[in-house]
Amino acid sequence: MEFTHVLFLAFAALAVVAAFNIILQRNPIYCAIGLIVVLCALAGLFLTLHAQFIAAIQIIVYAGAIMVLFVFVIMLLNVREEESKTDRQKILKVIAVPLFLALLAEVFVVIRLVNNSPPAIASAADNTNPAASLGSVESIATAMFTTYVLPFEATSVLILMAIVGAMLLARKNSKDDFERIEQALTLENDETEQAMQADAEKSKEEVAA
Amino acid sequence: MSSLLNSIDFQYVIGALVKIVVFWLLIMMIVAYTVYAERRVLAVIQNRLGPNRVGWQGLLQPFADLIKFIFKEDIIPLSVNKWLYLIAPVVVLVPAMMVLIVYPFGPENVPMPFGAEISSAINWLGSAIGFDWNIKIDTIDLHVTNFNIGLLYVFALTSLGVYGIVIAGWSSNSKYSLLGGLRSSAQMISYELALSLSVIAVVIQAGTLDLVKIVDQQSGAWFGFIPKWNILGLFPAGLIAFIVYLVSAIAETNRVPFDLPEAETELVAGFHTEYSALKFALFFMAEYVNMMTVSVLATSLFLGGWNGPFVSDFKWLGPVYFLLKVFFFLFLYIWIRGTLPRFRYDQLMNFGWKILLPTAIFNIVLASIIGIIFL
Repeated sequence: MEFTHVLFLAFAALAVVAAFNIILQRNPIYCAIGLIVVLCALAGLFLTLHAQFIAAIQIIVYAGAIMVLFVFVIMLLNVREEESKTDRQKILKVIAVPLFLALLAEVFVVIRLVNNSPPAIASAADNTNPAASLGSVESIATAMFTTYVLPFEATSVLILMAIVGAMLLARKNSKDDFERIEQALTLENDETEQAMQADAEKSKEEVAA
Repeated sequence: MSSLLNSIDFQYVIGALVKIVVFWLLIMMIVAYTVYAERRVLAVIQNRLGPNRVGWQGLLQPFADLIKFIFKEDIIPLSVNKWLYLIAPVVVLVPAMMVLIVYPFGPENVPMPFGAEISSAINWLGSAIGFDWNIKIDTIDLHVTNFNIGLLYVFALTSLGVYGIVIAGWSSNSKYSLLGGLRSSAQMISYELALSLSVIAVVIQAGTLDLVKIVDQQSGAWFGFIPKWNILGLFPAGLIAFIVYLVSAIAETNRVPFDLPEAETELVAGFHTEYSALKFALFFMAEYVNMMTVSVLATSLFLGGWNGPFVSDFKWLGPVYFLLKVFFFLFLYIWIRGTLPRFRYDQLMNFGWKILLPTAIFNIVLASIIGIIFL
């Protein structure tokens, strides 16, 4: 038994428990936290597979950015516990169990059929292993910016388009809003200026008196 | 099982654990005395005396405070979400402390005092309980570990710290806490971008994300007298990066003048309003550990880390220089706190998104151009 096996078992158990937590909890905030734990456990698994860069990005992007937005929205909207709409969902529950068992059986069958013992997990202190450098930032960056530069750029353009689209949808009535806000602001400014002038005159009069 | 205990990995892990404990104690002492220093320095700035009663010049004050925190009544308000309320301080503190394994305290292969005696004692202990250890600690590396995603690891963990604050704000079930938590998360997400983008100017110079290597390649000098620090490299990109980093680091740690999440004049105490006793102390500690982390990063990324005169001759000078530079940044924090008033919230957001972030992005372009020409 290698030390990395202990790590693998620990992270795998954590991921599975947290994943069940996502499904079984009723309170959305607990589900979100369960998902964060799953993402962190997966990052740990990536680390044992020498995929350091992916592990870091997994935490930075998914756990650190996307899930923060999830939690943010859940807390801001103060989503209550999901009310039990049991009548409609009962049939889903009945279907879910055999489906889950079928999936599990499929995994085991595949493992039996392929019957490839997984390659030995490399030791953490072993620097001579070529797989150790494969997941590093340097090798991924080299691949991404030379061999796969076209797909990479195409993906980023796609994401940019999605962002612009989201902005466009969100700012549908922005022109009216802007006009309204500007009106309100100018009104307010005029009023405050008038009030200030009145105050100043008053104080002048007081001083004079 | 014995094969597990005899393996190289296991010995590596045990060695790392010992280092973690030693460094952790060191960090805790620094954190405790940063709090003390903050109170004394602020007192000097504000023409007061500050805590000077417990021990000589109040030097035992941190321990007195700790004892007070431990023995205070631990109040859990009735309407809080109890489970989340209890884990929130831990979620803040644990990622903050996990960062310390990549702190580059000093150079590698430092001669260990009494190294031969210690290693023979450990080997004797191993043979006494039936293991065949062959441990040599003649020299030690003054960092727990280094890996090629060191910098990303730090950013990943600091980005996890925001959950504790959000959870604390929400689970407290109080409007001040919720507002503080929301402000804090919005602020941290906004300034994290500028923070991570500013560091790219350093990565371009170093060609690696490994903190130990980044510090290593800052040794030496240009023209024999200008230290080869990244702050001066790719001039002026390094300098701009440093300024952007410093400002967004202060915002990232929720310190004055960006301390809106706990603005006492409007939100009582922000996200930790409802926390008392030791749980409050955990939040407090996390804030100072985070300050320590950004100071360590500033030191090792921009100011050459443990590099300084005569380090190559006498390697134990390395950690001394390192800690002095870190203390400079901690002092800067306190100084700024005593000097500047708080931003307004819209000013904070405008500054982050409209000034700091464009500057950081522009600086990446600048650093790349200069790097292509001169590196």
